[in-house]
Amino acid sequence: MSLVSRGFGRRRSGTTDDRLPPGQYDTGSRFPVLSAGPTPHTPPARWDFSVRGEVETPRTWTWEEFRALPREAISVDIHCVTKWSKFDTRWEGVAVDTLLADVGTRTTHVLAFCDGGYTTNHRLDDVTGGRAWVVDTYDGEPLAPEHGGPARLLVPHLYFWKSAKWVRGLMLTRTNEPGFWETFGYHDRGDPWLEQRYSGD
Amino acid sequence: MADSRPASARVRRLVFDVDGWPGHLPGQHVDVRLTAEDGYTAERSYSIASPPEDPQLHLLVEDLDGGEVSPYLTEDMRPGDVLELRGPIGGYFVWSAAADAGTPAEQRRPVQLVAGGAGVSPFLAMLDHSRRAGDPTPVRLLYSARSADDVLGEELLGPQTTVTLTRGAPAGWTGRTGRIDADLLRREAFAPAERPRVFVCGPTVFVEAVAGTLVDLGHDPRSIRLERFGGSTDPQ
Repeated sequence: MSLVSRGFGRRRSGTTDDRLPPGQYDTGSRFPVLSAGPTPHTPPARWDFSVRGEVETPRTWTWEEFRALPREAISVDIHCVTKWSKFDTRWEGVAVDTLLADVGTRTTHVLAFCDGGYTTNHRLDDVTGGRAWVVDTYDGEPLAPEHGGPARLLVPHLYFWKSAKWVRGLMLTRTNEPGFWETFGYHDRGDPWLEQRYSGD
Repeated sequence: MADSRPASARVRRLVFDVDGWPGHLPGQHVDVRLTAEDGYTAERSYSIASPPEDPQLHLLVEDLDGGEVSPYLTEDMRPGDVLELRGPIGGYFVWSAAADAGTPAEQRRPVQLVAGGAGVSPFLAMLDHSRRAGDPTPVRLLYSARSADDVLGEELLGPQTTVTLTRGAPAGWTGRTGRIDADLLRREAFAPAERPRVFVCGPTVFVEAVAGTLVDLGHDPRSIRLERFGGSTDPQ
């Protein structure tokens, strides 16, 4: 449907249009914060990260052990379902490929679980093959709690609710199990380039 | 659009007739899409400020400097103009009397609403809905506005609502002043022991501060639901 809004015209710069998925705008230097509930504050001493579920060898890393894993620097554009996009965000962390390397699994889906009870689901092929990380720094600094610190998932090719804040582990599952927003009407996969915002898109 | 009128010093109330509107739950939002002659589109989300009982859809839109959609809605759009709405959207930041109907009255957990500025929009839908349903569940609103001229939905405010003004009060103001802090929450909100379901809506900084204070006061984090707006104008 293309209903022209009388007198409406572009008010923002169009220089980055080719990097903006449909319906998104460039939020510039701002970094909006969104969460469904209060920000948890888990100190590193009480933090760990687990891979469990449909795996041959479940794994858990303490904060120190996690920090000692091979690390990668990532610079990516991110896209929030609430319409803002942010370009060239810089993160560091551990590839999900690294976390899954030794657990042994033949399953197809994964549910990320978090402090505060948040969950989000992924197809395994959306978080492997160098497309997802567990990150603990943003722009060279430790990840702030309101942005998901100590660590969050980063799956930049999907809407940003899929990059779960305060992530504590990955549950590999035999079937697709909708996560938090996915059970409240948001799209199961959330590809911004296909504008998969809501269930049925 | 059926009507556009000032709702406060900085906010307009836009009223829409929506063909085939399927109804909504108080707290849900709509996505508004504008399309320019050249095909350029812009989309933003707005909370629904009217209760499901109202056949028209009300949005309270703040004219944000530098915005792209809000200035069009508040300044350029005229009654009779048409736009694209998508919704209702959202199943989490909602409360309705119907959802509580299956719970005996004495077991219903009260509902505490905490608003900052135009974040009161979804709560006006909830308050109006609650009133029309005969107030089946105890509902309270604690609402922070900049000045008396910024207070929205005055017709819905009453004994169950508390307004606090953060940037000065007019002569004769007998209500609260100052930001919503631990002291005000302790005095004017349901206590943690009453196990309220808490909804907080407002600018990001407001929501983050209030949510943290609620947890510090002993409210169950799992019972606190947050909604933020102004993401594009709120520097982090």
